[in-house]
Amino acid sequence: MALLEVKNLKVTFPTDDGLVQAVRGVSFSVDRGKTLGIVGESGSGKSVSTQTIMGLTRGAQVEGEAFFQGEDLLKMARRQLQAIRGRDVGMIFQDPLSSLHPYYRVGWQIVELIRAHDRAISKKAARQRAVELLRLVGIPRPDVRVNDYPHQFSGGMRQRAMIAMAMALNPALLIADEPTTALDVTVQAQVLRVIGRLQEEFGTAVIMITHDLGVIAETADDVVVMYAGAVMEAADRDSIFYDHHHPYTEGLMRSLPAYGDDRQRLTPIGGTPPSLITLPSGCKFHPRCPYVMDRCRAEEPELEPVEQRYWHTSACWLPHSGPGRQEASERVYGEAATR
Amino acid sequence: MARFLVRRILQGILVMLLVTLLVFGIFFLGGNANTVATRLAGRNATPQTIALVAKRLHLNQSVPLQYWDFLEQLVWHHNLGYSYFHEQPVGSVLKQAAPITLSLALGAAVIWLILGVLSGVLSAVKRGRIIDRAITTLALFFYSFPTFVLGLMLLFLVSYQLQKRGIRIFPGQGYVYFSASPTKWFESLVLPWITLALVSAATYTRLTRGSLLEVMGEDYIRTARAKGLSERRVVFRHGLRSALTPVASQFGIDVGVLVGGAVVTEQVFGMPGLGYTAVQSINNGDLPVIIGIVIVASAAVIVANILVDLVYAVLDPRVRLH
Ligand SMILES: Nc1ncnc2c1ncn2[C@@H]1O[C@H](COP(=O)(O)OP(=O)(O)OP(=O)(O)O)[C@@H](O)[C@H]1O
Ligand code: SF4
Ligand SMILES: [Mg+2]
Repeated sequence: MALLEVKNLKVTFPTDDGLVQAVRGVSFSVDRGKTLGIVGESGSGKSVSTQTIMGLTRGAQVEGEAFFQGEDLLKMARRQLQAIRGRDVGMIFQDPLSSLHPYYRVGWQIVELIRAHDRAISKKAARQRAVELLRLVGIPRPDVRVNDYPHQFSGGMRQRAMIAMAMALNPALLIADEPTTALDVTVQAQVLRVIGRLQEEFGTAVIMITHDLGVIAETADDVVVMYAGAVMEAADRDSIFYDHHHPYTEGLMRSLPAYGDDRQRLTPIGGTPPSLITLPSGCKFHPRCPYVMDRCRAEEPELEPVEQRYWHTSACWLPHSGPGRQEASERVYGEAATR
Repeated sequence: MARFLVRRILQGILVMLLVTLLVFGIFFLGGNANTVATRLAGRNATPQTIALVAKRLHLNQSVPLQYWDFLEQLVWHHNLGYSYFHEQPVGSVLKQAAPITLSLALGAAVIWLILGVLSGVLSAVKRGRIIDRAITTLALFFYSFPTFVLGLMLLFLVSYQLQKRGIRIFPGQGYVYFSASPTKWFESLVLPWITLALVSAATYTRLTRGSLLEVMGEDYIRTARAKGLSERRVVFRHGLRSALTPVASQFGIDVGVLVGGAVVTEQVFGMPGLGYTAVQSINNGDLPVIIGIVIVASAAVIVANILVDLVYAVLDPRVRLH
């Protein structure tokens, strides 16, 4: 059984401008100890999906199911979900400076989390644990720095502190929402290494949210590609990189600098993501899709297996088996564009 | 931090100096020694008194020397001048009035701070619900309510109605010194406190509500929730802690201003505090007392501002450590 299984999640925000359909029937699952990468452009609903299952979105209409260790997080009593947050599911967010409270010492903030879930532990022991955790994520002189305020930490150190906090109670699942986006490249790699090491040590499952395919390549076992609040394609990492089916996934790959020919041509996906209030008809990607057909404008495709592999699904009207998909690619991008 | 504080204090002294210069300019300049002396001596002064005033204040000397004399008296001798109307030093007049205003201001401030912050928090937490609407409406109501009307209404509804039934707990008029009788002191202050607190609490309700709503959208609030803290802890320990910063600065300034005299409330309840005394002095043409109150009130505001900065530093480590 999967550690987390999200089924047909729908999240809608009523706003003054109309209903924002942020998540429209998303399903994915994470196995124990594994890493699920969620990738997609800004606004595709990555954060909203994961935060909603943890009860962190406010003022939203939510439908669907999210089974965590066999229990539905979305139907749980508030107290029960509260107990799971921080203890069984740790979370880290994009901006490590604004994610830590500016008025409290880093150590205090970690101790607060430990003691919120374990009243029995003494303040001293919790503090000791905080120091250990900071050491574990590679903060130099953790016994001293534990008394620092967040603004006395560098960006990378703050994100490490966030990781230390999220991992404090050895959660079964870590949700990392763009943990490296706000950091510079060398620090990014360090932070990813820290997460990887802790994951290995504690057998934590990770949901790695990002719009950086490099991060996906480095960390993910499985990948979910999201667009306009829905899953476009889901598969193991290698299939996503070398055997993708969906034109949106293909577009993401083409926007990578090292893709395809040695001229390193960058081909960003043209156009912009649609308004989530007035979504396009049919396939939500059709206004930007180079393969668009009449059917795409009329009917929305559902996730179907590619080449009969149940773990690789794509929501697209292009042929799911046989040479049809490859031929379409050659028509659009030319012979040179081998996948 | 220490350097910051020293700088703020020096700034305060400079502002205070400007205030004295302004006061001096307004009250001592314009006219010859005789007219100035007449002005200061009060309405029914005899020619002898006027001559005495002119002599005492060296009004025949050059202007800078006069100012220097004024400053010297103020700073070295803590002498605010002499009220020819009261036939007392201004300092003594103010010493009788100040405790009244202080009791009134500080007591009311505590009440309105608690009232305003709690209602603001409730309003923010229940945003958009009936209770939020009720609080917001009530706050607006009291905000736009003239102080003297509220005071008179309380006098009529509470003090007068109770007295008609033979219950004399709230005297309604006058002030009892704490040293004379702590309970009577308290009784004499309850209605003025409520009046002042209700009118001012509204500002704090709105300020707290707005500030907390803004803070609750911050990333670190999401982190606090993600840690599995109770919502109450999230609101009070994480949200309110930051939301209080603007509230604290408003509070300091309001109290500072109020210490200079709660003019309307003191009038309505017949409490001879600084505000009451100021109005009386204007009516009597008792210029030295007015000058004294202006100086004391300015000092109160300046001190309050410095205290606000201190509180800021205590609240926010980012300020404290730089
Ligand atoms: N409280 C809200 N009210 C209305 N709309 C919202 C709310 N929260 C999120 N949205 C909308 O939902 C959509 C999905 O947002 P989400 O934050 O999940 O995107 P994302 O995929 O995480 O993007 P990014 O890469 O920028 O973080 C966005 O268009 C956003 O504007
Ligand atoms: S369904 Fe049509 S428009 Fe949508 S991705 Fe596939 S080909 Fe493109
Ligand atoms: Mg996001």
